[in-house]
Amino acid sequence: MSSPALFDRAILTAAARDSVRKLDPRSLMRNPVIFVTEVGAALTTFLWLRAPDAFSGQIAAWLWFTVLFATFAEAVAEGRGKAQAASLRQARSDVQAKLLLHPDTNDGLYEKVNAQTLAPGDVVLVETGDVIPLDGEIIAGVASINEAAITGESAPVIREAGGDRSAVTGGTTVLSDAIHVRITVAPGETFIDRMIALVEGAERQKTPNELALSVLLSGMTLIFLIAVVTLWGLAGYSGTQVSVVVLVALLVTLIPTTIGGLLSAIGIAGMDRLIRFNVIATSGRAVEAAGDVDTLLLDKTGTITFGNRMATEFLPMAGVSAAELASASLLASMGDETPEGRSIVALARSDFGLEDQPMIGAVLVPFAAQTRLSGIDVAGRKIRKGAVDSVLRFAGASASPEFRQAVDRVARSGGTPLAVADGARLLGVIHLKDVIKPGIRDRFAALRAMGIRTVMVTGDNPVTAAAIASEAGVDDFLAEATPEDKLAYIRREQVGGRLIAMCGDGTNDAPALAQADVGVAMQTGTQAAREAGNMVDLDSSPTKLIEIVEIGKQLLMTRGSLTTFSIANDVAKYFAILPALFVTTYPQMQALNLMGLSSPQSAILSAVIFNALIIVALIPLALRGVPYRRVGAAALLRRNLTVYGLGGLVLPFIGIKVIDLGLAALHLA
Amino acid sequence: MSLNGWLQIAVTLALVLAVTLPLGRYMAVLFTGGRTVLHPLLGPVERGFYRVAGVNPQAEQGWASYALAMLTFSGAGLAALYAILRLQGVLPFNPAGLPGVAPDLAFNTAASFLTNTNWQAYFGEVTLSPFSQMAGLAVQNFLSAATGIALAMAVTRAFARSAGSLGNFWVDLTRATLYLLLPLSIVVALAYVALGVPQSFATLDVTTLEGTQQVVPLGPLASQEAIKQLGTNGGGYFNANAAHPFENPSALSNIHAIWAMLVISAALPITFGRMVGSERQGWALLSVMAVLLIGGVALVYWAETAGNPLITALGVDPSMGNMEGKEVRFGQAMTALFVAVTTGLSCGAVNAMHDSLTPLGGLVPLLLMQLGEVLPGGVGSGLYGMLVFSVLAVFVAGLMVGRTPEFLGKKIEAREIRLAVLAVLILPLVILGFTAVSAMLPAALASLNNAGPHGLSELLYAYSSAAGNNGSAFAGLNANTPWFNTTLGIAMMLGRFAYVLPVLAMAGSLAAKPRAAASAGTFPTTSLLFVGLLVGVILILGGLQFFPALALGPIVEHVLMHAATTF
Repeated sequence: MSSPALFDRAILTAAARDSVRKLDPRSLMRNPVIFVTEVGAALTTFLWLRAPDAFSGQIAAWLWFTVLFATFAEAVAEGRGKAQAASLRQARSDVQAKLLLHPDTNDGLYEKVNAQTLAPGDVVLVETGDVIPLDGEIIAGVASINEAAITGESAPVIREAGGDRSAVTGGTTVLSDAIHVRITVAPGETFIDRMIALVEGAERQKTPNELALSVLLSGMTLIFLIAVVTLWGLAGYSGTQVSVVVLVALLVTLIPTTIGGLLSAIGIAGMDRLIRFNVIATSGRAVEAAGDVDTLLLDKTGTITFGNRMATEFLPMAGVSAAELASASLLASMGDETPEGRSIVALARSDFGLEDQPMIGAVLVPFAAQTRLSGIDVAGRKIRKGAVDSVLRFAGASASPEFRQAVDRVARSGGTPLAVADGARLLGVIHLKDVIKPGIRDRFAALRAMGIRTVMVTGDNPVTAAAIASEAGVDDFLAEATPEDKLAYIRREQVGGRLIAMCGDGTNDAPALAQADVGVAMQTGTQAAREAGNMVDLDSSPTKLIEIVEIGKQLLMTRGSLTTFSIANDVAKYFAILPALFVTTYPQMQALNLMGLSSPQSAILSAVIFNALIIVALIPLALRGVPYRRVGAAALLRRNLTVYGLGGLVLPFIGIKVIDLGLAALHLA
Repeated sequence: MSLNGWLQIAVTLALVLAVTLPLGRYMAVLFTGGRTVLHPLLGPVERGFYRVAGVNPQAEQGWASYALAMLTFSGAGLAALYAILRLQGVLPFNPAGLPGVAPDLAFNTAASFLTNTNWQAYFGEVTLSPFSQMAGLAVQNFLSAATGIALAMAVTRAFARSAGSLGNFWVDLTRATLYLLLPLSIVVALAYVALGVPQSFATLDVTTLEGTQQVVPLGPLASQEAIKQLGTNGGGYFNANAAHPFENPSALSNIHAIWAMLVISAALPITFGRMVGSERQGWALLSVMAVLLIGGVALVYWAETAGNPLITALGVDPSMGNMEGKEVRFGQAMTALFVAVTTGLSCGAVNAMHDSLTPLGGLVPLLLMQLGEVLPGGVGSGLYGMLVFSVLAVFVAGLMVGRTPEFLGKKIEAREIRLAVLAVLILPLVILGFTAVSAMLPAALASLNNAGPHGLSELLYAYSSAAGNNGSAFAGLNANTPWFNTTLGIAMMLGRFAYVLPVLAMAGSLAAKPRAAASAGTFPTTSLLFVGLLVGVILILGGLQFFPALALGPIVEHVLMHAATTF
């Protein structure tokens, strides 16, 4: 999916409009901290109207700005989603569907109906150039489909009836051939509809952690409300008449407006980061859970290793030179178009500098699944390479102890041995192995430092699996894994108090996807898998699990860092406002004016202005997120506590002082 | 401040630390149902109690039934104590023929001893008969302390288990009294006797310096002192409390008194650590308490030795510092330690006149009480208060490591936060609310000895002490009026029960959660960093709301003192 820049002019304009609309107290009530700020702003405005003076007017204005900045932050975060939803909506424009009248008889008779009138169970015909009306399952035919509307990837994908590639998504376009699709959802509930709802935030509910944080922020608001209201009585005792405007100013600066104003923007931006990453989470809860994941269940193929095994070594028999074996292997693989075959050709060329030889009168024997052999007949030689038993049968020879040793050595190391024979003569063995993706080992080490275990899931036998696991540096592996094994493994880990993430695409993955705390279904997967998981990866790339975990952590970190920052800010605000409040009664209170602010009014106003501006200043951080580093929790905490805790303590002292200097220079207070 | 003074402080704290580990482990064994060395002797007694009371010691209680048992027991205790005080005139052991206690004072006193506060709005020696002191107050000295320990153990089990239940209140109460408080107070009382504290019903006929004859009643002082200190009760037999030469005759008995009030509260974090399977966690919590407490000691010690420039100006030798209201036999260092410890704990015994402390010296006990009595806090109540702060600290900062917050493997979610916030809301509400109302009420202001910021400190101190269940008094406030007796009584009840009920509910919710496995990605709660974080959270979340009140009280008084203004 295309995604707008972080600050797009159109989004900002729309957000500015929305931020005013969001001032409606009924909707602001959901955010107690900002709601209290709004009540304060209204109260000071009322007092200013009754007795207009420049100071109250400025306080009232800045309190309104504080509320506006908070609603603006949320509006910007939502605006980004809305822009994406708009482009998605284009894909959903009303389409005509060809409803098959007699789907059982195959007579091909159809009636053109509006897609919105279809019901689950209807069968439609979709032909070249047609848009698939609603989500469904192919029950007949095979087609290439452009799914760019949802994935942003224009390369067509093949979908066919039966098996794990039968699901199609409404809004995507058939490029060639015709298929019969059984509709599985009602109009308005398609995948695209759900995506639109998610990115627009229409279905946005507070996530569990967000809810807990709101409770804490409301509690702190209440505590400071008590402190400020009682201060009125205490000040009265001390002979100071504190104005309500000043008390409201003190309250608003003390309550956690920074995090209160940015909290919902942080949550929306977290979902948004995931969407830009082409992953759709069905709930915010899943994103939070991603941050908590302790164990990653990773499929070997495609994630840890490249999809295919590759030739890495030639093992010649005694009396055969390596170059001779390589040359024979090259010739025998000319007719093998499988990736393995091509990798043999590539290895022979790169390691032995062999060139294609002119082969007049050569007969290629292409690789076939039945024979499990490929080869060439040239100049009277019959060269074959392939599975060991097939080659032995072809050569009619029994394996020598030396040959058997070579085969065993390859098998033990987790590789696959291929034999090469020239007529009845066994030339040697080719070592095919799974090639670990470069850098994956370091990645797993980093995950381990973060406290996340990686488990490799593979259909290989335990010997092969163990060899690959140790080479890739995973913490554990599941060999000859069936879907039931995966489910059992997940349950076992969960009983031990760990959260599991996995990805899958087949219908038989569905139970494990549902059981996992974070289940990422591939967009290419079956409908069952997509419904069982709580995330869908539109790119269908199993490697993404790692990034998903990091995005979850980033969301939580951003929330925590800004909360800490917001709370730490209070110390400086006290030192700005308290001396200002009482310096007329007790001139010696000037000793607490650590920042040397120019006048009591300027001190109070500076604190209020800082409190408002810091929200705007932090919007980019809230949207972009605090950068995540692949280090352990202790190192992360040390860093974030220094930056946001200590920074939050110190920064407002500087900020308030600077604003105070500005106010004094402009003669505003 | 002198090196000698700091050495005295260090030696006293080292004596506490020496028994922290064995006592902490002993309590861990005791409250997990294990056998202690005292079982051969006390086991039959314990079982006898259960048989008589019809308690099944095996039965586990959820948070609600644990709380109900505690409330029932406390309600009965309140009623019994109130009755004893009101009926004092017709009850035995009343040699002086003292009349029944007035209703408001009886309520205040009953609430005070029930909640482990021991705020005394009366003069012990002239208001209460020995029967009231022994059958009324001393009983609650044991039971309120045992209740506090039981509650702390219930909250501890929330982190140690995943079964949902919190233990059995009756069993915890019995074990805390029988195996812990009784044997310890016998040892401590004997030590008091050895240090010269009277334990006698005799009276002394003495000739005073003026040459007149005076009858001085003694009393069961050593035994009363023992549980008063051990149970962080703090209610003195005499009005002068631990400054009285009978209660605290020498520098050595002073060390003993400080040791006795610290020893259980300092060991409880270790018990917690043992029970949750990480002794390191216990040491981390104890470190937080120690850092803040020693900071408090240092501030009092510094402020008091720096003295009062106004008094120096009158020609008094400033080398001794501010000695007004202090006992020469204890000296500045050990007075500072006592002041900070008795308020960092919710003990409230005093060996000096807190009203006479310098403004900053007086700020420390105020703040230590307002922080929620967790440094290290009253027996039991300090531990569960500290756990509430730990939960909040983990929640605020835990997110910064990129995981939803968990403490000792228990996820901290909305329900826990709601309850923790409800608990910490009580102190500012009660302290600031009652202080502000009193500060505007002429009837209340008439009780003040001083005007200006010092008067405000006196009010603030009274409600901080009551709500924090401390019981020490700034003095300078005539608190025996219907207004103060009633509101302070309410403050004490709220400070204890309105605080602990949400905490128990939180414990119940945590106890039902599975314990997540720890990994390198888990928020570290035993590191030095966590200790620093928790200190910060206690100061900011627990203390910041009191800053305006403190600024108008002791802080402004301090700056005024240096500007030579008095009230």
